[in-house]
Amino acid sequence: MSDANCVTCGGDVALPGDVEVGEIVDCGGCGTELEVVGVDPAELAAAPDLAEDWGE
Amino acid sequence: MMDVGLLYSRIRPDEKLLLTELRERGHEVHKVDVREATFGLDAPPEPLAECDVVLDRCLATSRSKYASRFVEHYDLPVVNSPETAKVCSDKIETTLALDEAGVPTPETTVAFTRDSALEAIESFGYPCVLKPVVGSWGRLMAKLESRSAAEAVLEHKETLGHYEHSVFYIQQFVEKPGRDVRVVTLDGEPLAAMSRSSDHWLTNAATGAETAAFDLDDEAAQLARQASAAVGGGLLGVDLMELGDGADPDYTVHEVNHTVEFKALNAAVDVDVAAGIIDWLEAKFAAEDDAATAAPEVEP
Repeated sequence: MSDANCVTCGGDVALPGDVEVGEIVDCGGCGTELEVVGVDPAELAAAPDLAEDWGE
Repeated sequence: MMDVGLLYSRIRPDEKLLLTELRERGHEVHKVDVREATFGLDAPPEPLAECDVVLDRCLATSRSKYASRFVEHYDLPVVNSPETAKVCSDKIETTLALDEAGVPTPETTVAFTRDSALEAIESFGYPCVLKPVVGSWGRLMAKLESRSAAEAVLEHKETLGHYEHSVFYIQQFVEKPGRDVRVVTLDGEPLAAMSRSSDHWLTNAATGAETAAFDLDDEAAQLARQASAAVGGGLLGVDLMELGDGADPDYTVHEVNHTVEFKALNAAVDVDVAAGIIDWLEAKFAAEDDAATAAPEVEP
């Protein structure tokens, strides 16, 4: 497991060992939805907002 | 071993399950973030060039429609096909395809102005349902229970929405027994099914519906096959509603999803859904590859 920092509150966000670029994780501290933009080293960005045509 | 392209903009748990299964089986996966890729006329984005098959797992319908069309343009196999994406991403196209194939689907009327839409709504009577032509996860769905509510919703859509919101898709309200049914099909064959139950009239898993494994009867299974064929086949999520709550209900098909999410289904059933999908992918593209390389008959 690796850690990265939340881009909103700076808190540690634990990432699973098999984390993928493009995965979404939630900051346990402030609740911000974060996107994994790098895995080595781990890097997070604010996840894009829901768009009208998202879905299945 | 296959080279599998994956078009994505978000790796959901569903994509994670597929990636894990593909890699465990030794397939090479090439992820293409469609937010970064560009699609020209002559050649695909580099990682896709040598792929045996490309999986369209775009989260956004607009991207799915066009990215899959480009992949087909590059002469690469894509799941699902752009024709299927085009039909399934548009509720009007889906309804017409189902109706033309003789698949029972809720009565639907489309109108292009507030006045004609109101006329259609009054003709259905209350309650009836107003849906966006493009949308998922239960968003922007309106159950209209009175003329005043209909007038207000129509005005809001026409005033606040872009032009597509002035295409009014009006549908009968189906009294379902507190649940609907989601079937994941692979070229029409049901892989697994679940019920989605809620006290709310919307029963999407995305809106918190409770899920449970569902045993398909012959009729439901056959309708799922027919619905899949109607929209072009592939990896699909067919949504059905039971008409009545008796032991032997009839069904109506209200939606077909072409970038189907299956994490909730996977948790609800004993079937390994990702494994089933990859089994199908391997069989489909190995079979098509064999046909493509089969030697032609030689004239005596």
